Amino acid sequence: MSVFALRQPKELYESQKLAIWYFIVAILLFGVQITFGLFMAYQYIDPEFLYGKLSFMTNRTLHVNSMIVWLLVGLMGGVYWFLPLETGREVVGIKLAKFIWWVIVAGVTVVVLVYLFVQVGPGNAFTLWFINEGREYIEAPRWADFAIVAWVAIFLYNVIATALAARRITGLLGVLIFDLVALGALYSAGMHYTVNVTMDQYLWWWVVHLWVEATWEVLVGVVMGWSLMYLLGTPRKLIETWLFLEVALVFGTGILGLGHHYFWIGTPEYWIGLGGFFSALEPLPLVAMVVHAVYDSGAHRLYTVNKPALFWAIAQAFGNFIGAGVWGFMQTLPQINMYSHGTQLAAAHGHFAFFGAYVGTVMTLVYIAAQNARKHVQIPLDSKLWGWAYGLLIFSIIGVVASFTISGFAQTMIERAELGSTWNAFIRAYTHPWYANTHWWRFWMGMLFLTAYLILVWDLVTIGRKPAAAVEGAHD
Amino acid sequence: MDYSWIQISVAAVFLSVVITLVLSRGYGWFSRTFWRNAAVVSSLIMLFILMWLTFDTTEKVRPGAGQVPTWTVINHEIALVWDDTKRRQMPVIGEQTGFFGKVYSPEEAYALINKGKMTLQGRNCMECHQILGNGAYYAPDLTRAWLDPWWEERVMPMLGVDTREEAMKTWLQNPDKYPQGKRRMPNLHFTDEEAVALVAFLKWMSAIDTNGFPPRFGVAQ
Ligand code: HEM
Ligand SMILES: [Fe+2]
Repeated sequence: MSVFALRQPKELYESQKLAIWYFIVAILLFGVQITFGLFMAYQYIDPEFLYGKLSFMTNRTLHVNSMIVWLLVGLMGGVYWFLPLETGREVVGIKLAKFIWWVIVAGVTVVVLVYLFVQVGPGNAFTLWFINEGREYIEAPRWADFAIVAWVAIFLYNVIATALAARRITGLLGVLIFDLVALGALYSAGMHYTVNVTMDQYLWWWVVHLWVEATWEVLVGVVMGWSLMYLLGTPRKLIETWLFLEVALVFGTGILGLGHHYFWIGTPEYWIGLGGFFSALEPLPLVAMVVHAVYDSGAHRLYTVNKPALFWAIAQAFGNFIGAGVWGFMQTLPQINMYSHGTQLAAAHGHFAFFGAYVGTVMTLVYIAAQNARKHVQIPLDSKLWGWAYGLLIFSIIGVVASFTISGFAQTMIERAELGSTWNAFIRAYTHPWYANTHWWRFWMGMLFLTAYLILVWDLVTIGRKPAAAVEGAHD
Repeated sequence: MDYSWIQISVAAVFLSVVITLVLSRGYGWFSRTFWRNAAVVSSLIMLFILMWLTFDTTEKVRPGAGQVPTWTVINHEIALVWDDTKRRQMPVIGEQTGFFGKVYSPEEAYALINKGKMTLQGRNCMECHQILGNGAYYAPDLTRAWLDPWWEERVMPMLGVDTREEAMKTWLQNPDKYPQGKRRMPNLHFTDEEAVALVAFLKWMSAIDTNGFPPRFGVAQ
């Protein structure tokens, strides 16, 4: 049995109890994300559906914002889960952590209600402060931005103070602290208003790209490192060596890889070369992660204390590589991006990458918590249902990605390559059968995804309730 | 800037590798120390280069300094012209024609475009459209909206107005009544002031030199 699993006391740490709340809210917001995604998918089929009441832009805002929040909440929950195991003590400042958590939950509720019922505002500063900042992914009004920065700051304090109190700065903790400082600082870069749309997008990408392709990727490296130590008992030395290698490659390529968003926004031409070169190398660390995961689980012949978590961890390694690495590389070279930029191909990649890299990680963490949240910890954790949720979620997201990929190819060729990128060209592209037919299967794959989500929720509520032996017998 | 992207890329990679190797003398290439050094060194070097380029870019994207136009372009004719040196389309500023029958001073033009930008954000345009290619994918890219031949070919006759700014303003205030294609834009109830400001913003944006994006705009039919 792994060292980390042995370190888990019977009674959960307060920090772990808080982590469970993080996971519950994350899973609920996952449901919100899927619901509004389905509304959009249906609007593609019938543009009159909810037209003017819950227009596409409102659904999209809720879809992407709830995603960013639930994934971040899930990753932070993972840190609250493992931090006491790593340091061997309760998290310092846990009261403050609980306080800010409920403030954030209340804040998110208010923001969602305002998005739903107020939706948009007049073109003035009041709107940006209290309704909607109108910048994709980070629409949250300014007051909520401050709450988010305070939240990350308290989180950072929890981590640093706990490490200091335990007199223990491991490689994992060092990377975590370094990464969280960057993550919080980057968010504040995205809070400013400027009329110059080029400068606006320049800084907006500091949040969007440098979060998902740099700081989140490293945060995932840390929590997945802990997860593998827990699941397989991988030695710390190996985990930390790989983590450092990943940080070297992720930051080494991803920071200047930012340039792949600066090809066409009015920024100087040198970004075309720099962005193309460094972003083309961004898949390298993702390959390294696959090698690591396969090697580790192979070395243990897939024997683990928690089956669903290990399977999600393996899916994460592959999903991250294929969704972010392959689908990202597909459109990152400037000569291709010139035509594909801002088409449905970007949505194909966005779905695949977020699912592979981040949903996979949060699912791993949630299953680890679910195992230990019960009175009698079942080892190895297993159930009949988790495999259905796992398989169907993966299958249906691939279906959604495939549909976006095909409509993206059609759009790129018809609107951009052939017809000169005008309004009319846009309409001619989305009415072409190659594009229009994908609307249907995207919607039905989305419905399947929803079904899989419901199975997942049911499994999380019930898994580990029965004594281990009975389940093992049933499974073998 | 005095360095090409190739020089910067080579220097960044070279420095990262060499400094890591020097700092890690005596450690095997698969030791924890080696990769810890590599992580710290490459992060700091890349961060430093990003900061340096950010200063350079910030200077170059000031309105009027280079690829981003001054606010008063809204008073002028704008066209996309094939540039044979760069071998791509470039926005070209033509003669002064005024905007909604008026010539805006630099301060007035700034205030108007600012209002337009706030309206664009307040109404969440980016969650259907793309702005400079970024946003959602439900509605057309707005980078060159001002230059779109569709206004003359279709919207002006439909609305019975005879200037492009009038056509854009009227259409923006009544998109639900004049659908173009299957997907209809919702009526976002722009005030007159907001609608004029939005058109100004879109006109200004259409004069940004985007290195040729979107490709071959308005060339093919
Ligand atoms: C887990 C990591 C990643 C996530 C979550 C992610 C997510 C996204 C999302 C959501 C977008 C769309 C942005 C928009 O709304 O316009 C995007 C764009 C893009 N991503 Fe990624 N990405 C990841 C990694 C990568 C990697 C490793 C590469 C390159 C190899 C890459 C290349 C690109 C490119 C080129 C675009 C721009 C597409 C366009 O021009 O419209 N991404 N990414
Ligand atoms: Fe990126």
